[in-house]
Amino acid sequence: MSRRIVVIWFPHLVTDRLLRKQPELKDLPFVLVITERGRRIVKAVNVLAQEKGIYENMMLADCKALVPELMVLDYDAAEPKKLLNSLAEWCIRYSPFISIELPDVLILDVSGCTHLWDGEENYLNDIHKKFNVFGYTIRSAMADTLGTAWAVCHFGTNASIIETGKEVPVLSALPPAALRLDQPILEKLDKLGLKTIGSFMTMPNTALRRRFGQNILKRLAQAFGEEMEITEPVQPLIPFQERLPSMEPIRTAEGIEVAIKTLLQMLCERLQKEMKGLRKCVLTCYRIDGLIEKIEIGTSKPSRNTLHLFKLFENKIANIEPDLGIDLFVMDALSVEDLHSSQDALWTVSGKDESVIAELLDRISGKTGVQGIHRYLPSEHYWPERSFKNATSLSEKPSTEWRTDLPRPLHILPVPELIEVSVPIPDYPPLLFRYKGTIHNVKKADGPERIEQEWWLQNGLYRDYYCVEDEQGSRYWLFRSGDYDSGNVKWFIHGFFT
Amino acid sequence: MRKVADRSIIEQLQQQIIKLQKNETLSAEQPLSIGLGTIEDSFPGNVFAKGAVHELISNSAEEATCTSGFISVVLGKLMPNTGYCLWISTVPRRSIFPNALKGFGIDPERILFVDAGKTKDTLWAIEEALKCDALIAVVGEITELTFNDSRRLQLAVEKSHVTGFIHRFRPKTENAVACVTRWKIKPITSAAGETPGVGFSRWHIDLLKVRNGKIGNWEVQWSPKGLEYPSTPLRVTGDDVSIQEIDERQIG
Repeated sequence: MSRRIVVIWFPHLVTDRLLRKQPELKDLPFVLVITERGRRIVKAVNVLAQEKGIYENMMLADCKALVPELMVLDYDAAEPKKLLNSLAEWCIRYSPFISIELPDVLILDVSGCTHLWDGEENYLNDIHKKFNVFGYTIRSAMADTLGTAWAVCHFGTNASIIETGKEVPVLSALPPAALRLDQPILEKLDKLGLKTIGSFMTMPNTALRRRFGQNILKRLAQAFGEEMEITEPVQPLIPFQERLPSMEPIRTAEGIEVAIKTLLQMLCERLQKEMKGLRKCVLTCYRIDGLIEKIEIGTSKPSRNTLHLFKLFENKIANIEPDLGIDLFVMDALSVEDLHSSQDALWTVSGKDESVIAELLDRISGKTGVQGIHRYLPSEHYWPERSFKNATSLSEKPSTEWRTDLPRPLHILPVPELIEVSVPIPDYPPLLFRYKGTIHNVKKADGPERIEQEWWLQNGLYRDYYCVEDEQGSRYWLFRSGDYDSGNVKWFIHGFFT
Repeated sequence: MRKVADRSIIEQLQQQIIKLQKNETLSAEQPLSIGLGTIEDSFPGNVFAKGAVHELISNSAEEATCTSGFISVVLGKLMPNTGYCLWISTVPRRSIFPNALKGFGIDPERILFVDAGKTKDTLWAIEEALKCDALIAVVGEITELTFNDSRRLQLAVEKSHVTGFIHRFRPKTENAVACVTRWKIKPITSAAGETPGVGFSRWHIDLLKVRNGKIGNWEVQWSPKGLEYPSTPLRVTGDDVSIQEIDERQIG
C-alpha cells in the first residue's frame, strides 16, 4: 500500500483561535502585531481585515491608514507552536502519525486509516466538518506525497484528493511557490517567465541545478515521490497500540467491556506473533466532549492472556466516566517484555475444570512467579534426579509409564547429603550411620540397587542404593558412591521412605 | 419400645445439628466410605470427612515423610482416576519425589506443585486453591497456622467442598485451630520377618481431635494393597522386595 498524506493548512490559525476565545470580536477587522526594531508589524490578520487589503508583515501605521477602525492586539510568538501541537494531538483520532510544520500546517500520515471512515472523501469531509465546528478555517489536500499535498492544499482546490499517479498533471498547473522554494529562487523563476511548475519540470536536471541550485531538484523529487520526505511525529509511535473508533458514542459499562475485549484480542494477537508479553498497558478513551479518560494496568510478569488482562481491566472500568459517550478507544502497551510460548502454554487447556484450575494457577503465578509451579511427567532415566521432568502444560500427557517396580522414597533431598557409616564388609548395607549428629542403628536393609551414571550425559561414579530401617522404624534411602576397591568411598543419604 | 423411640429422636437431632453445621458431606445422603478402613469409623457417619480441612503435625523429617505418605494414601482414595490436586509448599521445604506417588495410587502428573515463597503467600495460595471447586484436594505445607487463618480456610472449603490437608512441620506451639481433625503420624518398626529386607512400612496414627467424632490411635501397615490394621505383628510375606530380588535386577 502506498503512503497517503493529508496536509491541513490553517490560514488564520491564531486569529481563529482568538475568535474562539473572544466571540465578540467576530464582526471586527483586527490584527495581531509585534514590535520589531521600533516598528509595529502585523503578524496575523483575520478574514475581515484581509478583505480590506491588510496582509501579514505590513506596518501597523499603514494598516491604520487603510482601515481606521482596525482593532490591534498583541501577538504572542509562542502561540502558533502551542496551538499546532494541541491540534495535532487532537488529530490523533484520525491518524497516529502526525507532524507539524510551523507556522500553520499539520501533516497527517493517513496510510491505512481512511477505510475506517469509509473512504478518503468521507475522511477529509469529517476533518473539515469537525474543524469548521470549532471555528477554524482550514484548507486540506490528500496525496501520495507530502510535496503534492502541500502544493494542492496551498494553491489548488480545497479538500481535493489526488489519486496515485496523478501528481504530474495536477502539479504542472500550480505556481512554483507550491514547491516550498526560497523567495530568491521564486523571484528568479518569475523573472524568467516560468509561472507554473509545468513550465520547468521537464527541463534537464543539470540546467535546473546550475541556475536555481540543488534545492529545486530536491523539492521536485519530493513532490513526485522520487525522494522520501521524513517528518517527525508530535507523538513518538508506540509500537504496540490498537485503536477502536466507534460509530455511536459508547456510554455503558457493557460497551466499554466489549471495546476492551476487542482491543485486548487484537493486541494479544500481535504480542503473540512477536513473542512479547505485556507488563503495563493503558486504555485511553476519547470522549465526544473532548475530554480524555484513562485507565492503566500493570502485570507482575509479562502476559498476553486476554482473559487475565481483561480481569485486571474489569476492576477499573468503574473509574471511566463516559458522560456523553466515548467515540474512540486506544490501547497502548507501554511496556512489553519477551515472553516465550512455553510459558503461556501452561495455562492453555481444554476442559472446563481445567480452565478454572488454569485461572487459579494464573492468579497464583501472579504472586509467586511462573517458575514456582511444577507438574511432573515421567522420564526414561534410572538416575533419580533425571527420572522425572517438568511438564510445559496442564494438558501434556506422559510419554511413558511411571515405574512402580523399584522402591523410591516419598521425600527426596535435592542434593544427597554426606553421612558417616560403619560397614561390616564391602557391598553390605551399613550397620549404623550418623546423619545430622544422630546415630541410627540399621535393623533391616534392602539392596543394593546399582544405578550407573549415564555416561552420555554425565561422568562420575555409580551409586549403590540401600533402603534401610533403623530401630525407630524410620526408613532411609542411602547410597554408596563408587567402588570399594578404589579406596575412596563415600556414603550419602538421598531420601526418606514412608 | 420406649428406648427405640428415644434413639430415633436422638438420630433426628444429630441430623439437624449436622445440617446446621452446613457440613453436607457428613450428612447421611452420600455415606460413601472412601476405603480407609477402621479409621473412618471415628468420623461422624463413619465416613472420612471430605470437604473439610485436616491438620497434620510432624516434628521430624521421618515423621514428615510418614505424614506425607498418609496424605498420599488418602489422596489416592480421593482422586483415583481423574481430577487435580495442588500441593503448595513454602520454598525451601518441598521434597516430594513424584515417582514415589505412583505407588500410592496417584498419577503424579495430576498433582500440581506450587512453591510459594513466603508463609503469607503460601497461606494466600492455599486459601485461593481451597476456594477453587475444580480441584479435588489441596495439600499445604506450612509451619504456623493461626486460629483466624484456619477459620478462613475452613470457610473456603465449606463453599467449595475441596478437601484440605494442612501439614505443619515443627510448629512452635500446637495451638487450637478450626480444622476438623488433627493427626500425628509416626513411623514404627515393621514386622519381624523370616526373610531379610525391610518389608512393608508401618505407622502409628494418632487422631488427636475430630469434630463430632471419636478420637483414636491405630497401628497400620501400608502395602500396595492398601492400609491394613494388623492386630498382631504380621509376618513378612514373600512378595516384598528382598535383597536377592534386587540383586537379580541390578541395573547398569
